[in-house]
Amino acid sequence: MTTVLLSRIAAARSGDKGEGSNVGIMARSQAAYEFLREWLTAERLKSHLAGINAGDVVRYEADNMRVLNFILTDSLGGGGSASLKTDAQGKTHGLAALRMRVDVPDEVLAATPEA
Amino acid sequence: MSAPKRPLVRVANGQGFWGDSILGPIRLVREGPLDYLTLDYLAEVTLSIMQKLRGRDPSKGYATDFVRLIERTAKDLVEKDVKVIANAGGVNPRACRDAVLEALRAQGLTGVKVATVEGDDILEDLDALAAKGEAFTNMDTGEPLAGVRDRVTSANVYLGAFPIAEALDTGAQIVITGRGTDPGLVLGPLIHEFGWGPEDLDQLAAGTIAGHIVECGAQCTGGNHTDWRSIPDMAMIGYPVVEATPNGDFTVTKHDGTGGRVDVNSVVHQLCYEMGDPANYITPDVIADFTSVSIEQDGTDRVAVRGAKGLPATPTYKVSLSYADGWKALGQLTISGPDAVAKAELAADIVWKRLAYDGFEYAEDERLVEFVGANVCHAGVEVPDAGEPSEVVLRMGVKGADRAKIDRFGSELVPLVTSGPPGVTGFAGGRPKATEIIGFWPALVSKEHIGTTVTVSES
Repeated sequence: MTTVLLSRIAAARSGDKGEGSNVGIMARSQAAYEFLREWLTAERLKSHLAGINAGDVVRYEADNMRVLNFILTDSLGGGGSASLKTDAQGKTHGLAALRMRVDVPDEVLAATPEA
Repeated sequence: MSAPKRPLVRVANGQGFWGDSILGPIRLVREGPLDYLTLDYLAEVTLSIMQKLRGRDPSKGYATDFVRLIERTAKDLVEKDVKVIANAGGVNPRACRDAVLEALRAQGLTGVKVATVEGDDILEDLDALAAKGEAFTNMDTGEPLAGVRDRVTSANVYLGAFPIAEALDTGAQIVITGRGTDPGLVLGPLIHEFGWGPEDLDQLAAGTIAGHIVECGAQCTGGNHTDWRSIPDMAMIGYPVVEATPNGDFTVTKHDGTGGRVDVNSVVHQLCYEMGDPANYITPDVIADFTSVSIEQDGTDRVAVRGAKGLPATPTYKVSLSYADGWKALGQLTISGPDAVAKAELAADIVWKRLAYDGFEYAEDERLVEFVGANVCHAGVEVPDAGEPSEVVLRMGVKGADRAKIDRFGSELVPLVTSGPPGVTGFAGGRPKATEIIGFWPALVSKEHIGTTVTVSES
């Protein structure tokens, strides 16, 4: 096991969805996807982003894209034009997710090219 | 499905949102082959603003940027026979059309057909629709519309792609719509070209997925990409071009010589954008399954997307209503070091205390303080320790129903310059003023209650 930032094995994009945001996590290899599908639960991401999101987190999977898609249900301080937050659209939430520390098995790391 | 008009059609998107660069579409027309140019000018907040503009002046209420673009590109568009589909009509497609016709005539371009698609704007029909049984219950909260009915400022149906195809069937060179789905701008020309019908679910799903990939412009060609250091020539980033075929399979690419990159990763980045349940992407035309497609590199800056699957559309349209939802004010000052954060904390405290002295208190959920530069965006997340920032931006805001109370806040921020801690600057722009909050009310309406109209004019 090696401790790395999630950005070592995944990329991300996020944006607004009503009063929440979505965070798409794209694994950088099939091995990384299979590892993250087990490890990166909605609960784990919810706890990592607790300072950003006050609501529940829902997870969807898209195997064909090696994507785990998370919906943060209350992350924009009201959403739309009611938000007072700097990041009223959740544009930076994906990068916040990629700052998570992950213990990755060495064989997964070896099978995952760096960005 | 009827016979396709040709085996391959190139559709580009040159405008990802209201405020995107005019260089995107100008360069698309100039720098490579193209059959259709699509342009998205509408954000959710836009239509409410446009209703207000039209209320003051009946000749306004559409995206004037589009007219500027036509002025700059019309000769090329006509010469190269590039057809244009834009949702620039806002809440006044006819006024937009008239301005476009005038711009064409001013350049000596006569006989150019311009079509409008109307029917999305149901603001004036809300009560008649209610009488037919449409409740406009809030999709997210389940609340009845009655609570905000007298404050509704716009109501627009997200129309699908078939009216756009109908407009193209008339031979129009330029199609102007109001509110519709973003992917429909791309799906419309594919329906027109390839003869797809409402029963061709897999093809409609493919065209919808193609539309979703390009709808935010350069966000699928290397813009807003995690691995930004590896994206070449972002200054001259190419906007996306879809090469579509009659069976639905398509390739995402960009013009030769442009910056950016189209690879599986850049395309998947955009597929993730604003994604909900990837297996059920609901549009008025089809329910597209994003998990059904194969996405493969097919040469440099070319990504092939194949095998899309779709399910039948629902019997309803989504409606986006907006309503006046109170007031807010935001202001900011820059505070230099030493001790920038401690001084900013004191400054914020001073503002709330002075307002309270004068009888203005703001509840916890009606106010916000941010120290920009000291980890605002990633609050609560472990970030590399950069030490004490040499300066921070103190950003404060309030919101609420009482306009006077929101305005009062704005007058206590700037005094910090002389009556707060030292090093407070950057107060250009004066006092923050109350601006109206536009609330959104998503609802559904039965398709049988909504009609669309296509009208054609000539320059």
